[in-house]
Amino acid sequence: MKNPITGLNKIFDNRIRLGIMSVLMVNEEINFNDLKQMLEVTDGNLATHLLNLEENGFLKVKKGFVGKKTNTTYSVTKSGEKAFTDHIAALENMIKGVK
Amino acid sequence: MEFEGAFSEGETKKIWNYEFPVLTLCYKVLFMNEQNQQTLETLQDIKRIMERSSRFISLSGLSGIAAGICALVGAWFANKEFGPYYGRYEYREEYSGEDFEQLKFRLLVIALAVLAAALASAFYFTWRKARHNKLPVWDLTAKRLSINMLIPLVAGGLFILAMYQYNEWRFIAPACLIFYGLALVNASKYTLSDVRYLGLFQILLGLINTQFPEKGLYFWAAGFGLLHIIYGFVMWWKYEKNA
Repeated sequence: MKNPITGLNKIFDNRIRLGIMSVLMVNEEINFNDLKQMLEVTDGNLATHLLNLEENGFLKVKKGFVGKKTNTTYSVTKSGEKAFTDHIAALENMIKGVK
Repeated sequence: MEFEGAFSEGETKKIWNYEFPVLTLCYKVLFMNEQNQQTLETLQDIKRIMERSSRFISLSGLSGIAAGICALVGAWFANKEFGPYYGRYEYREEYSGEDFEQLKFRLLVIALAVLAAALASAFYFTWRKARHNKLPVWDLTAKRLSINMLIPLVAGGLFILAMYQYNEWRFIAPACLIFYGLALVNASKYTLSDVRYLGLFQILLGLINTQFPEKGLYFWAAGFGLLHIIYGFVMWWKYEKNA
Protein backbone atom coordinates (compact mmCIF):
# COMPACT_ATOMS: atom_id res chain seq x y z
CA MET A 1 0.00 0.00 0.00
CA LYS A 2 1.34 3.34 -1.03
CA ASN A 3 1.26 6.01 1.60
CA PRO A 4 -1.16 8.70 0.40
CA ILE A 5 0.87 11.36 2.17
CA THR A 6 3.92 10.95 -0.07
CA GLY A 7 3.99 13.77 -2.50
CA LEU A 8 2.50 16.22 -0.05
CA ASN A 9 4.79 19.18 0.19
CA LYS A 10 5.32 21.03 3.48
CA ILE A 11 5.95 24.24 1.58
CA PHE A 12 2.38 24.19 0.30
CA ASP A 13 0.86 23.87 3.77
CA ASN A 14 0.56 27.63 3.69
CA ARG A 15 -2.56 28.92 1.94
CA ILE A 16 -0.89 31.96 0.43
CA ARG A 17 1.97 29.94 -1.03
CA LEU A 18 -0.55 27.47 -2.42
CA GLY A 19 -2.52 30.39 -3.86
CA ILE A 20 0.57 31.88 -5.52
CA MET A 21 1.38 28.55 -7.13
CA SER A 22 -2.23 28.10 -8.31
CA VAL A 23 -2.13 31.47 -10.06
CA LEU A 24 1.27 30.81 -11.61
CA MET A 25 0.20 27.44 -12.97
CA VAL A 26 -2.39 29.05 -15.24
CA ASN A 27 -0.59 32.33 -15.98
CA GLU A 28 2.65 32.30 -17.94
CA GLU A 29 3.82 35.39 -16.13
CA ILE A 30 2.29 37.69 -13.56
CA ASN A 31 3.47 40.84 -11.83
CA PHE A 32 3.46 41.62 -8.14
CA ASN A 33 0.46 43.93 -8.14
CA ASP A 34 -1.80 41.65 -10.16
CA LEU A 35 -0.86 38.78 -7.88
CA LYS A 36 -1.61 40.90 -4.83
CA GLN A 37 -5.05 41.85 -6.20
CA MET A 38 -5.79 38.25 -7.13
CA LEU A 39 -4.95 36.81 -3.70
CA GLU A 40 -6.09 39.76 -1.59
CA VAL A 41 -3.01 39.88 0.62
CA THR A 42 -0.75 42.64 1.93
CA ASP A 43 2.54 43.64 0.26
CA GLY A 44 4.75 42.35 3.05
CA ASN A 45 2.91 39.08 3.42
CA LEU A 46 3.05 38.36 -0.30
CA ALA A 47 6.72 39.33 -0.56
CA THR A 48 7.70 36.95 2.24
CA HIS A 49 5.97 33.99 0.65
CA LEU A 50 7.29 34.82 -2.81
CA LEU A 51 10.81 34.91 -1.39
CA ASN A 52 10.25 31.57 0.28
CA LEU A 53 9.08 29.99 -2.97
CA GLU A 54 11.96 31.56 -4.87
CA GLU A 55 14.48 30.20 -2.37
CA ASN A 56 13.00 26.75 -2.88
CA GLY A 57 13.53 27.12 -6.61
CA PHE A 58 9.80 26.99 -7.38
CA LEU A 59 9.58 30.32 -9.15
CA LYS A 60 11.59 32.57 -11.42
CA VAL A 61 11.74 36.28 -10.75
CA LYS A 62 12.27 38.84 -13.49
CA LYS A 63 12.92 42.43 -12.55
CA GLY A 64 12.11 45.07 -15.13
CA PHE A 65 10.77 48.56 -15.56
CA VAL A 66 7.54 50.02 -16.82
CA GLY A 67 8.45 53.67 -17.35
CA LYS A 68 10.24 54.63 -14.16
CA LYS A 69 8.42 52.13 -11.95
CA THR A 70 9.89 48.75 -11.16
CA ASN A 71 7.90 45.87 -12.47
CA THR A 72 8.69 42.46 -11.03
CA THR A 73 7.17 39.47 -12.75
CA TYR A 74 7.02 35.90 -11.55
CA SER A 75 6.74 32.61 -13.37
CA VAL A 76 6.83 29.00 -12.26
CA THR A 77 9.91 26.80 -12.71
CA LYS A 78 9.94 23.18 -13.91
CA SER A 79 10.62 21.91 -10.39
CA GLY A 80 7.91 24.17 -8.99
CA GLU A 81 5.44 22.78 -11.49
CA LYS A 82 6.37 19.22 -10.57
CA ALA A 83 6.17 19.84 -6.83
CA PHE A 84 2.76 21.44 -7.24
CA THR A 85 1.27 18.72 -9.44
CA ASP A 86 2.62 16.07 -7.04
CA HIS A 87 1.02 17.92 -4.16
CA ILE A 88 -2.32 18.09 -5.95
CA ALA A 89 -2.13 14.41 -6.86
CA ALA A 90 -1.42 13.56 -3.21
CA LEU A 91 -4.40 15.64 -2.06
CA GLU A 92 -6.61 13.90 -4.58
CA ASN A 93 -5.35 10.50 -3.46
CA MET A 94 -6.16 11.35 0.14
CA ILE A 95 -9.75 11.99 -0.81
CA LYS A 96 -10.10 8.91 -2.94
CA GLY A 97 -8.51 6.88 -0.11
CA VAL A 98 -5.70 5.46 -2.19
CA LYS A 99 -5.48 1.69 -2.62
CA MET B 1 -18.28 -9.84 44.83
CA GLU B 2 -21.38 -11.38 43.44
CA PHE B 3 -21.99 -8.33 41.27
CA GLU B 4 -18.69 -8.78 39.68
CA GLY B 5 -19.93 -12.11 38.64
CA ALA B 6 -22.28 -10.46 36.18
CA PHE B 7 -19.46 -10.57 33.74
CA SER B 8 -16.80 -13.16 34.07
CA GLU B 9 -13.29 -11.96 33.64
CA GLY B 10 -13.16 -13.50 30.23
CA GLU B 11 -16.26 -11.73 29.04
CA THR B 12 -15.09 -8.30 30.21
CA LYS B 13 -11.94 -8.83 28.27
CA LYS B 14 -13.95 -9.83 25.24
CA ILE B 15 -16.03 -6.65 25.37
CA TRP B 16 -12.95 -4.55 25.85
CA ASN B 17 -11.25 -6.25 22.96
CA TYR B 18 -14.31 -5.82 20.85
CA GLU B 19 -15.09 -2.25 21.77
CA PHE B 20 -11.64 -0.83 21.58
CA PRO B 21 -11.19 -1.31 17.85
CA VAL B 22 -14.72 -0.01 17.26
CA LEU B 23 -13.91 3.15 19.16
CA THR B 24 -10.68 3.68 17.27
CA LEU B 25 -12.54 3.04 14.06
CA CYS B 26 -15.19 5.62 14.94
CA TYR B 27 -12.52 8.08 15.89
CA LYS B 28 -10.64 7.40 12.70
CA VAL B 29 -13.72 7.81 10.53
CA LEU B 30 -14.62 11.11 12.18
CA PHE B 31 -11.10 12.36 12.03
CA MET B 32 -10.54 11.28 8.45
CA ASN B 33 -13.84 12.82 7.39
CA GLU B 34 -12.83 16.12 8.85
CA GLN B 35 -9.45 15.88 7.21
CA ASN B 36 -11.01 14.86 3.90
CA GLN B 37 -13.33 17.81 4.14
CA GLN B 38 -10.37 20.10 4.60
CA THR B 39 -8.50 18.52 1.71
CA LEU B 40 -11.54 18.87 -0.48
CA GLU B 41 -11.86 22.53 0.45
CA THR B 42 -8.19 23.09 -0.37
CA LEU B 43 -8.63 21.50 -3.79
CA GLN B 44 -11.72 23.59 -4.43
CA ASP B 45 -9.82 26.73 -3.43
CA ILE B 46 -7.05 25.88 -5.86
CA LYS B 47 -9.53 25.34 -8.65
CA ARG B 48 -11.31 28.59 -7.86
CA ILE B 49 -8.08 30.59 -7.84
CA MET B 50 -6.92 29.04 -11.09
CA GLU B 51 -10.24 29.78 -12.77
CA ARG B 52 -10.54 33.29 -11.53
CA SER B 53 -6.94 34.22 -12.33
CA SER B 54 -7.07 32.98 -15.91
CA ARG B 55 -10.55 34.00 -17.06
CA PHE B 56 -12.80 36.98 -16.60
CA ILE B 57 -15.80 35.35 -14.95
CA SER B 58 -17.92 38.38 -14.06
CA LEU B 59 -19.46 38.71 -17.51
CA SER B 60 -23.19 38.85 -16.82
CA GLY B 61 -25.90 37.24 -18.90
CA LEU B 62 -28.03 40.34 -18.30
CA SER B 63 -25.38 42.29 -20.24
CA GLY B 64 -26.19 40.16 -23.27
CA ILE B 65 -29.93 40.67 -22.88
CA ALA B 66 -29.49 44.45 -22.51
CA ALA B 67 -27.20 44.67 -25.55
CA GLY B 68 -29.71 42.62 -27.56
CA ILE B 69 -32.57 44.95 -26.64
CA CYS B 70 -30.45 47.99 -27.63
CA ALA B 71 -29.76 46.34 -31.00
CA LEU B 72 -33.45 45.61 -31.64
CA VAL B 73 -34.48 49.16 -30.77
CA GLY B 74 -31.72 50.48 -33.04
CA ALA B 75 -32.80 48.21 -35.89
CA TRP B 76 -36.37 49.44 -35.51
CA PHE B 77 -35.24 53.06 -35.81
CA ALA B 78 -33.03 52.20 -38.80
CA ASN B 79 -35.92 50.43 -40.49
CA LYS B 80 -38.06 53.54 -40.05
CA GLU B 81 -35.47 55.53 -42.02
CA PHE B 82 -35.76 53.33 -45.09
CA GLY B 83 -39.50 53.86 -45.65
CA PRO B 84 -39.39 57.63 -46.33
CA TYR B 85 -36.16 57.23 -48.30
CA TYR B 86 -37.69 54.76 -50.77
CA GLY B 87 -40.90 56.79 -50.76
CA ARG B 88 -39.06 59.88 -52.00
CA TYR B 89 -37.04 57.74 -54.41
CA GLU B 90 -40.17 56.40 -56.07
CA TYR B 91 -41.89 59.78 -56.08
CA ARG B 92 -39.03 61.41 -57.99
CA GLU B 93 -38.31 58.29 -60.03
CA GLU B 94 -34.63 59.05 -59.88
CA TYR B 95 -31.72 58.60 -57.51
CA SER B 96 -30.87 61.58 -55.33
CA GLY B 97 -27.31 61.78 -54.02
CA GLU B 98 -28.31 64.22 -51.35
CA ASP B 99 -31.05 61.96 -50.07
CA PHE B 100 -28.66 59.03 -49.95
CA GLU B 101 -26.05 61.02 -48.00
CA GLN B 102 -28.71 62.02 -45.51
CA LEU B 103 -29.84 58.42 -45.04
CA LYS B 104 -26.24 57.32 -44.62
CA PHE B 105 -25.63 59.93 -41.96
CA ARG B 106 -28.78 59.10 -40.02
CA LEU B 107 -27.93 55.39 -40.05
CA LEU B 108 -24.43 56.11 -38.78
CA VAL B 109 -25.82 58.15 -35.89
CA ILE B 110 -28.23 55.32 -34.98
CA ALA B 111 -25.39 52.78 -35.17
CA LEU B 112 -23.15 54.81 -32.86
CA ALA B 113 -26.00 55.40 -30.41
CA VAL B 114 -26.72 51.66 -30.31
CA LEU B 115 -23.04 50.89 -29.75
CA ALA B 116 -22.81 53.39 -26.89
CA ALA B 117 -26.04 52.20 -25.23
CA ALA B 118 -25.11 48.52 -25.60
CA LEU B 119 -21.61 49.05 -24.17
CA ALA B 120 -22.91 51.12 -21.26
CA SER B 121 -25.60 48.61 -20.29
CA ALA B 122 -23.28 45.62 -20.78
CA PHE B 123 -20.69 47.29 -18.58
CA TYR B 124 -23.27 48.16 -15.93
CA PHE B 125 -24.56 44.60 -15.48
CA THR B 126 -21.06 43.15 -15.48
CA TRP B 127 -19.95 45.69 -12.91
CA ARG B 128 -22.98 44.78 -10.80
CA LYS B 129 -22.18 41.08 -10.97
CA ALA B 130 -18.52 41.66 -10.07
CA ARG B 131 -19.52 43.78 -7.11
CA HIS B 132 -22.03 41.18 -5.99
CA ASN B 133 -19.30 38.50 -6.05
CA LYS B 134 -16.82 40.90 -4.42
CA LEU B 135 -14.43 40.64 -7.36
CA PRO B 136 -12.53 43.51 -8.96
CA VAL B 137 -14.03 44.58 -12.31
CA TRP B 138 -10.81 45.86 -13.81
CA ASP B 139 -8.15 43.26 -13.09
CA LEU B 140 -5.64 41.31 -15.12
CA THR B 141 -8.28 39.02 -16.64
CA ALA B 142 -10.48 41.97 -17.66
CA LYS B 143 -7.53 43.67 -19.34
CA ARG B 144 -6.61 40.50 -21.18
CA LEU B 145 -10.19 39.96 -22.32
CA SER B 146 -10.51 43.56 -23.53
CA ILE B 147 -7.30 43.55 -25.56
CA ASN B 148 -8.03 40.23 -27.24
CA MET B 149 -11.59 41.22 -27.99
CA LEU B 150 -10.63 44.67 -29.28
CA ILE B 151 -8.08 43.50 -31.87
CA PRO B 152 -10.58 41.86 -34.28
CA LEU B 153 -13.28 44.34 -33.29
CA VAL B 154 -11.31 47.50 -34.09
CA ALA B 155 -9.96 45.97 -37.30
CA GLY B 156 -13.54 45.10 -38.31
CA GLY B 157 -14.83 48.52 -37.30
CA LEU B 158 -12.25 50.34 -39.44
CA PHE B 159 -12.92 47.99 -42.35
CA ILE B 160 -16.66 48.69 -42.11
CA LEU B 161 -16.03 52.46 -41.95
CA ALA B 162 -14.03 52.14 -45.18
CA MET B 163 -16.98 50.33 -46.81
CA TYR B 164 -19.23 53.11 -45.56
CA GLN B 165 -16.82 55.66 -47.01
CA TYR B 166 -17.06 54.06 -50.48
CA ASN B 167 -20.84 53.46 -50.25
CA GLU B 168 -20.34 49.69 -50.23
CA TRP B 169 -23.46 49.13 -48.16
CA ARG B 170 -24.16 45.52 -49.25
CA PHE B 171 -21.61 43.91 -47.01
CA ILE B 172 -21.76 46.16 -43.98
CA ALA B 173 -24.17 43.93 -42.03
CA PRO B 174 -22.37 40.67 -42.90
CA ALA B 175 -19.04 42.26 -41.99
CA CYS B 176 -20.43 43.45 -38.63
CA LEU B 177 -21.61 39.93 -37.84
CA ILE B 178 -18.47 38.14 -39.03
CA PHE B 179 -15.94 40.42 -37.33
CA TYR B 180 -17.96 40.46 -34.11
CA GLY B 181 -18.20 36.67 -34.24
CA LEU B 182 -14.45 36.36 -34.72
CA ALA B 183 -13.86 38.76 -31.82
CA LEU B 184 -16.08 36.59 -29.59
CA VAL B 185 -14.37 33.35 -30.60
CA ASN B 186 -11.04 34.97 -29.76
CA ALA B 187 -12.36 36.40 -26.49
CA SER B 188 -13.79 33.05 -25.39
CA LYS B 189 -10.31 31.94 -24.30
CA TYR B 190 -10.29 34.71 -21.72
CA THR B 191 -13.80 34.54 -20.30
CA LEU B 192 -16.69 32.08 -19.96
CA SER B 193 -16.07 29.58 -22.75
CA ASP B 194 -19.77 29.64 -23.75
CA VAL B 195 -19.06 32.93 -25.54
CA ARG B 196 -17.45 30.81 -28.25
CA TYR B 197 -20.84 29.44 -29.38
CA LEU B 198 -22.33 32.92 -29.61
CA GLY B 199 -19.35 33.86 -31.80
CA LEU B 200 -19.76 30.84 -34.07
CA PHE B 201 -23.45 31.60 -34.60
CA GLN B 202 -22.69 35.24 -35.43
CA ILE B 203 -20.11 34.16 -38.03
CA LEU B 204 -22.54 31.67 -39.55
CA LEU B 205 -25.29 34.28 -39.73
CA GLY B 206 -22.90 36.77 -41.34
CA LEU B 207 -21.85 34.27 -43.99
CA ILE B 208 -25.45 33.41 -44.86
CA ASN B 209 -26.18 37.15 -45.02
CA THR B 210 -23.62 37.58 -47.83
CA GLN B 211 -26.07 35.71 -50.09
CA PHE B 212 -28.95 38.01 -49.17
CA PRO B 213 -27.27 41.43 -49.04
CA GLU B 214 -30.50 43.41 -49.32
CA LYS B 215 -31.77 41.75 -46.14
CA GLY B 216 -28.80 43.06 -44.13
CA LEU B 217 -30.82 44.85 -41.48
CA TYR B 218 -32.84 41.72 -40.67
CA PHE B 219 -29.74 39.60 -40.32
CA TRP B 220 -28.11 42.31 -38.25
CA ALA B 221 -31.15 42.45 -35.94
CA ALA B 222 -31.19 38.65 -35.67
CA GLY B 223 -27.48 38.47 -34.78
CA PHE B 224 -27.03 41.46 -32.51
CA GLY B 225 -30.57 41.42 -31.16
CA LEU B 226 -32.02 37.93 -30.94
CA LEU B 227 -28.80 35.94 -30.51
CA HIS B 228 -27.64 38.29 -27.74
CA ILE B 229 -30.93 37.95 -25.91
CA ILE B 230 -30.98 34.16 -26.24
CA TYR B 231 -27.34 33.87 -25.20
CA GLY B 232 -27.81 36.29 -22.31
CA PHE B 233 -30.82 34.39 -21.06
CA VAL B 234 -29.02 31.03 -21.24
CA MET B 235 -26.01 32.46 -19.38
CA TRP B 236 -28.19 34.00 -16.75
CA TRP B 237 -30.08 30.73 -16.32
CA LYS B 238 -26.87 28.74 -16.10
CA TYR B 239 -24.72 30.91 -13.84
CA GLU B 240 -26.74 33.63 -12.13
CA LYS B 241 -30.26 32.45 -11.53
CA ASN B 242 -29.45 31.09 -8.10
CA ALA B 243 -26.90 33.72 -7.17
